[in-house]
Amino acid sequence: MQMTAEEKDTNKVAAPGGASREIFLPPERERVKDGGRPHVSAKNFSIFYGDFEAVKKVNADILSKYVTAIIGPSGCGKSTFLRAINRMNDLIPSCYTTGTLMFDGEDVYGRYTDEVQLRKKIGMVLQKPNPFPKSIFDNIAYGPRLHGVKDKKMLEEVVEKSLRKAALWDEVKDRLDRNALGLSGGQQQRLCVARTLAVEPEILLLDEPTSALDPKATAKIEDLIEELRGSYTILIVTHNMQQASRVSDYTMFYYEGDLVEYAPTKQLFTNPRDQVTEDYITGRFS
Amino acid sequence: MNKSNKQAGAGSSGTSRRERTIDIVNKRLEKRYRKEKRFRLYGMLSIIASVLFLAFLLTSIVSNGYSAFWQTYIKLDVQLDPDMIDKEDPGRSNYQGIIKQAIGAYYPEVKDRKERRELYSLFSSGAAFQLRDEVLKNPAVVGTTLSLWVLADDDVDMLMKGHIKRNVPENERRLNDKQLQWIAKLEAGKRIEERFNTTFFTAGDSREPELAGIWGAVKGSFYTMLVTLALSFPIGIAAAVYLEEFAPKNLATDFIEVNINNLAAVPSIVFGLLGLAVFLNFFGMPRSTPLVGGIVLMLMTLPTIIIASRAALKAVPPSIREAAFGVGSSKLQVVTSHVLPLALPGMLTGTIIGMAQALGETAPLLMIGMVAFIVDIPGGFTDPAAVMPVQIYLWADSPERAFVERTSAAIMVLLAFLISMNALAVVMRKRFERRW
Ligand SMILES: Nc1ncnc2c1ncn2[C@@H]1O[C@H](COP(=O)(O)OP(=O)(O)OP(=O)(O)O)[C@@H](O)[C@H]1O
Ligand SMILES: [Mg+2]
Repeated sequence: MQMTAEEKDTNKVAAPGGASREIFLPPERERVKDGGRPHVSAKNFSIFYGDFEAVKKVNADILSKYVTAIIGPSGCGKSTFLRAINRMNDLIPSCYTTGTLMFDGEDVYGRYTDEVQLRKKIGMVLQKPNPFPKSIFDNIAYGPRLHGVKDKKMLEEVVEKSLRKAALWDEVKDRLDRNALGLSGGQQQRLCVARTLAVEPEILLLDEPTSALDPKATAKIEDLIEELRGSYTILIVTHNMQQASRVSDYTMFYYEGDLVEYAPTKQLFTNPRDQVTEDYITGRFS
Repeated sequence: MNKSNKQAGAGSSGTSRRERTIDIVNKRLEKRYRKEKRFRLYGMLSIIASVLFLAFLLTSIVSNGYSAFWQTYIKLDVQLDPDMIDKEDPGRSNYQGIIKQAIGAYYPEVKDRKERRELYSLFSSGAAFQLRDEVLKNPAVVGTTLSLWVLADDDVDMLMKGHIKRNVPENERRLNDKQLQWIAKLEAGKRIEERFNTTFFTAGDSREPELAGIWGAVKGSFYTMLVTLALSFPIGIAAAVYLEEFAPKNLATDFIEVNINNLAAVPSIVFGLLGLAVFLNFFGMPRSTPLVGGIVLMLMTLPTIIIASRAALKAVPPSIREAAFGVGSSKLQVVTSHVLPLALPGMLTGTIIGMAQALGETAPLLMIGMVAFIVDIPGGFTDPAAVMPVQIYLWADSPERAFVERTSAAIMVLLAFLISMNALAVVMRKRFERRW
């Protein structure tokens, strides 16, 4: 069952993980253009590492231009699910999927899907900052260059725009030609965000982007997400419950590979429907 | 009273137990320190032993070889009678005769034919060629008396360097008493001296030690290495990149991997036999040439390069690949613009080490005829040539005393090349090394 625009207006849409549950839309934020349609939708989507089913038969629609948080105990399959969306799991030889995952009506794992094009549209930022060992400028310009931007002026514009969006411009504008490895961890992480934004993706996948950062740098990333909300579909994996409730519109709770609950963030944190969810968010286990 | 006593007793037993634990800990610590010390000592001893061996080896080579960089020359006053020079073709005149005349003129007392032959043998047969070169270079000298420093024979050279003793019985040395007298006359006239041995660095091989040089072998090695490098670097890197980045992981690639590792351990002479069978006998390539030698050495260095390159590729952090894939690079783009540049220093190091191995290799080259006695300096890839280690082997096998020092000198030249190649590898690693 998919969440469609009409259903959305009735405020009663089918829940992921089965017909028996229902979820409600988050409290009205500013209405965004082109928001709220299913951007990524999983149907009976499972991910295996060899024989091990790391994500089990997930049914869910991720809504466009909203921020969706993914929470759950360690090893429950959050990263695996996230990496499946832009086919980063292709790099792991033993990994394969069953069921379908659609992105904008296109089968992500379809036979004719080009994963390189797909990754251009679905950007990703990992837990550990991974800048290229090149200059700051080249880090950002790498993606646009790759996709055919040759003009120096245009590249400079893209670099500035992306760095501004990632709230890093003021800190690095005087040393764009320095090696990116010389930046602090938090700066590197924002650089990675900027690098991803530079290729103008539609979806932003963030896998624990702040777990290696101090509170101040974390706040900057969160501000950044706030800034980007409404322009991109954002999926963020986090272990920090406060963070999830602060930044996200929807929250998915995974437990041992199952998508246990998927609801508007406020509802999930104030009135969880599942006992396991409640136990988790109240800190009874982790 | 009683009670307090008990308490005191309990207290003291408590402290003594605590002391005991500390004692045990201390004892263990001491034991650990001793163990560590002993371990360090063993390590230091083995280092000292190997340094001593190395020092011994180097001193023996240098002390044997340094004298080869000097060569005895004798000053001759040569009368260039215009009648003796061929007018049409001055190069074809009887220079041997002119030299003999000049020698005879200095020793008018020597008349007997046998004695004269003994006298002439003090001079190198290369003297005539020296004279010819002089005349061809400057025809104006014809008709004058030319004062020329000519090469002495290797026996004279050995005598001057002290390798032939003067004070042993006549039948135990290669120069007889009369020859010693003649040399004494030269010494008295200040007509004999040691000069820097340019021949050694500019000539090819020769049966006469004083005319033999390393240059032919150096050039032969150069061409051979060029062939090896031109083939093994691209093939090795392409193979490593394919195996590491593109090949599916299945039984076939596992099999290939195991075999590459095995090939690295195959005795090098086997590659020589393979080269003989395939390149010479089957394809009919020319024998004793750098072309075939280079191909055979390529077979030998390929496993080294492939293994080193794969290790370098494996060492590229996966996060870089993920980052590159994440912004929409294709596999090829990830490899060419990220993985390869980062792995290149390691690959280059592996290549240089492989090349250094190949440079010192003899056994496989013996199989394809590179052990031949070759006087001419090779001018290309298909000219017969020797390589440095083979030249060393050939000289070491020659009976003349003068070849002993030339062998050591050639080893020094080879070592100099090897050391500079390894230094190059270190410099490259330092320069391109990245920190994560
Ligand atoms: N490359 C792999 N090969 C085999 N199993 C894997 C691999 N990567 C992850 N797994 C397994 O899949 C399960 C889910 O892993 P995943 O990394 O998605 O967890 P996670 O929810 O992101 O945990 P964390 O919060 O610790 O990051 C785990 O049980 C893990 O052991
Ligand atoms: Mg994870």
